[in-house]
Order: sequence, then structure tokens, then C-alpha cells
Amino acid sequence: MNRILSTATVEFRIAGRNRWVAIAVALMVVFALVLAAAGAAPTGDIGADRLSVIVASLTSLAVYLVPLIALLISFDAIAGEVERGTLPLLLTYPVSRAQVLAGKLVAHLAILTLAVCAGYGAAAGAAFWMDPASVAGLPALLRLVASSVLLGATFLGAGYALSALARRPSGAAGLAVGLWLGAVVLYDLVLLALIVSDGGGALTTQALPVALLANPADAFRLFNLAAAEASAAAGGMGGAAAAIPLWQSALSIALWPLLALVLAIAAFRKVTP
Amino acid sequence: MTSTLTISHLTKRFAGVEALRDVSLTVEPGQRVALLGHNGAGKSTMMKIILGLIPFDSGAVTVCGAAPGSAAARAQVAYLPENAAFHPALTGEEQIRHYLSLRGERPVQALELLARVGLADAAKRRIGTYSKGMRQRVGLAQALIGKPRLLVLDEPTSGLDPVSRRDFYALLDDLAAGGTAILLSSHALTEVEARTDRILILSGGRLMAEGSLADLRRKAALPVAISVAPAAGQKAALVAALPMARANGDGRLHLDIAQDDKLAVLSRITGLPQVADLEVIPPSLEDIYSHFSRRDGQ
Repeated sequence: MNRILSTATVEFRIAGRNRWVAIAVALMVVFALVLAAAGAAPTGDIGADRLSVIVASLTSLAVYLVPLIALLISFDAIAGEVERGTLPLLLTYPVSRAQVLAGKLVAHLAILTLAVCAGYGAAAGAAFWMDPASVAGLPALLRLVASSVLLGATFLGAGYALSALARRPSGAAGLAVGLWLGAVVLYDLVLLALIVSDGGGALTTQALPVALLANPADAFRLFNLAAAEASAAAGGMGGAAAAIPLWQSALSIALWPLLALVLAIAAFRKVTP
Repeated sequence: MTSTLTISHLTKRFAGVEALRDVSLTVEPGQRVALLGHNGAGKSTMMKIILGLIPFDSGAVTVCGAAPGSAAARAQVAYLPENAAFHPALTGEEQIRHYLSLRGERPVQALELLARVGLADAAKRRIGTYSKGMRQRVGLAQALIGKPRLLVLDEPTSGLDPVSRRDFYALLDDLAAGGTAILLSSHALTEVEARTDRILILSGGRLMAEGSLADLRRKAALPVAISVAPAAGQKAALVAALPMARANGDGRLHLDIAQDDKLAVLSRITGLPQVADLEVIPPSLEDIYSHFSRRDGQ
């Protein structure tokens, strides 16, 4: 346990000195505040409190931003050690590879949690300031924070796995960008194309829910929109969110971090210094 | 007492090429062993196998009574890699504190360890600002953590100036006196400065020679050079008396004689009245090393 904590302390310190903590927090706060300001308009039409509306907007933001920040922090984790030449020495210490990864995960997850709380906190602060009735949206905000951290953990684990597979930071960065584009952007486009071509047939009713649950980013969206009062504000996903039970999306976002970490450990074990 | 390190019939292949061929050796507690060889002779490969970083193809390796790379072995083995590297954003103290925690030791010993390698003043500076020699010292400081039973040092003196090198060997002497077995690698016999108990010479993945410096001298049986200065006006007579000698431009006569003939020839020369002075030049460390480390076909 001390080994994991010491690794986490060192990693947090390194991330702080490399400005990753400041960059992650600033990114989240700026985008969240922009959304809070922009999302102020539709409140009157929907009749929901302002915070609930902001949470729906933040969900759409987080699904892009949280995986991006997680991958930016994690792609260097193992490839960087290989390139600096620090890995062989580390692996001669009485510490397991799983412990090394756990230490890095604790530090990186702390940074991500800090960024998420700062960003959402700023947006929530703005909501309370404009609309005291926003208290009604607090449960949705807490769900968003928790699921964002889990989504971040998933992509941190995926970033470690890619870092171990690539063994060079440049290669790992390329793979990370590819994963982000694939999982967060292209995946939905492909699903959309399938729905359009299928025209409401078996594919849409049978395969689509499974496909949405299989992607951690979509499961994150489903979970937050199904749980939120103001799902209508989020548009298209609202329909799908209503069709898939909450427990299924919750299970998906809870299982993905574990799966990603297992993959990361397996990939790291294959690295010979 | 059991050996700290035992290797028997170790063979390692990389893509069909044998990096190590049937290597056997033991290292006893408190012994300082130098592993010599050219680049690519197999030194680093052997060290990585001992540390459990890479697998091997056949043979047996036992480190402190355990399998290499097992938790029990790693707890008792310390390593100093060639070109020790650390994260540039950490200070020397932070880095050593972390390594202490990883070994289950108290992190407060960090400053004391850095002071032992002469880095007390730089402890609070980031490693990114350190010179190569200072990074090597950080590497040495981490290798000293927790009295290891086996110390594996890959070309530890390559970045050090002569004074630091002497300090370094003094540290090793202390450790060895406490029972730590030390295996260090080097390119050249001159670098280990005869500060080791045993020398192993690897070439082309094979163990070519093993023993103390005196053993290696004897086994190499290289000729001893003798340089004789003739007494005033006696050079011609001396040349006649020593027909196997060759005269150089320096006015002295030079002979290369086999080890076994050394005493006989010496007593003959000292018996000659024409001799003013003589010097015996034993084969240099470089000569002995290149004798054993010749690659096939050379």
C-alpha cells in the first residue's frame, strides 16, 4: 500500500510540475463556464431548474473532454518510462507492475477528479447564482461527477494499455488520438448511419442498445440522461436513454474501468525492458 | 555459507543469435567481482537475466536462494543501470525518498544516502539540472538502500572522474566488508583498477577467463619485457652477450621472454658485468584483457 501511495505522490508531483494539473483544471473550468452561460437560454421553455439543464449540457461536454484529458495524462505513463530509461531500474524494485499502475492511476484519477469538480463546481456555482431553485438539480450533478470519474478511469486505463503496447511516446500519442476519435466521435457516427439505413428495423431495436452499452462514452451519456430530469434538453440521446434501463448503463460505466485496468496490466506485463 | 549468486550453463538467444553460451559462475557473499567484455560481449544481457528483467533459454540461475526476478530476489538485489536515468522533474531527494518507500524503508534516510555519495548540496535541486556524474551518484545512492545482499552495477564508473571513481570503490569496499556481493561490469581492465577480488572476462557470449588478477596474469602467460641499460662503453659487448635482445634508439636493449624463463634470464643478465641497470615490465592490464577477450578469428 505504501508503494502505491509513494508512486501516486511522485506521479502527482510530476504532473503538477509538468502543468498537467493546471491544464486539466483550466480546460474543464473554461468549457463548463461557457456551457453554463450558453445553456441559460432554454430554461424557460423546459420548466426544469437551471442546474438540471446545465448538467445535461455538461454531459455532452464531458463525453468528449473527460476521455481526452484522461488520454492526454496517461499516454506517456509507460512509454515515457521506456524512453527515459527509467523502467528497467523500477522493475528491479520489489514492487509489482500492477502496483506501479495502481499508483499512477490513483494520481491521475485525483487530477481528473480535481478538474471535473472544479469545472462542474464552477458551472453549478453559476447556476445557483442565477437560479436558487437549482438545488433540485444537485443529485443529477453528483451522478455526473461520479460517472465522469469512472469514465475518466476507463480512459486512463486504456491510455496505459496503449502506452504499454506502443512503447514509444509518439506511437502512444497516435494510438490515444485514434482511440479518442474512434470511441467518442466515429462510433456514434457509424451507429447513426446504421440507424438511418435500417429505418427502425431489428437492428435499431435489438443491436443498438447493446452497441450503446458496449461503448463507455455512450453508456456514460445514457446513464446521465436517463437519470436526469431534463433529458429532453439533450436532444436525440434522450429517446435511447428512455429505452435502456438505468441499471444497465450504470453497470457498463462501473465495469469499464475494471476492464480497462485489467487490459492495462496485461499489456504492461508484456513489456520487456 | 551459500553463494549469493549461482549461474550454471546459462544460455540466452536473441532471434537465433547466442548472446550467452553455457556460462557458469558463482559469486560469494562479500566478493567483489568484475565482469569485463567488449560492447556486445553479453555483460548487460547477463545482468538483465540476473535481475529477472529478461528470460533465458536454458541453464539455471539462483539469486539469494530464489529465482531471478522473484519478489524474494528483488527484495535483496540492488541495481545500478548503465547511464542511470530518472525523471527530470523530481529533485534528488524526492527520487530517493520514493525508492526508499518502494523498498519498504523509511523515506527520511534520503538525505543521509545522498550525503554518502556527495550530493547533499544538490538534494533539493531537480535531477534535470544534474550533470551525468551527478545522475550516476543518484543511481549509486538508490543502490545502497537497505543493505542489499547482491549489488549489480552496469558500467558504474563510466561517467565518473578519477577522484569520484576512488570514492566509489571505497563505498563498495564498505559494502563488501558487510557481506554484500558485488558484480560490476566494465569495458576495460584498467577501469576496475584491481579493486575487485575476481575478474570474469566475457567474449562473444562465452566466459573466456575467470580468476584474480594474478591468476589471469599467470594463465595468459604473456611474455615479460625486460629493458637493459648497458654500462658506459659496454653496449657492443652487451649486444654480443645477449644475442636475442634488440637494440632500440634509446640506447637500451629490449627482450621479450616467456614467464617461465623470467627468473633464469634475469639471473643471467644480472650476472653480466656490462649491465648498468634493468627494468622488468610485466604485461599491462590492457595486454592481459585483450589476450582473453579476442573475438573469434582475431
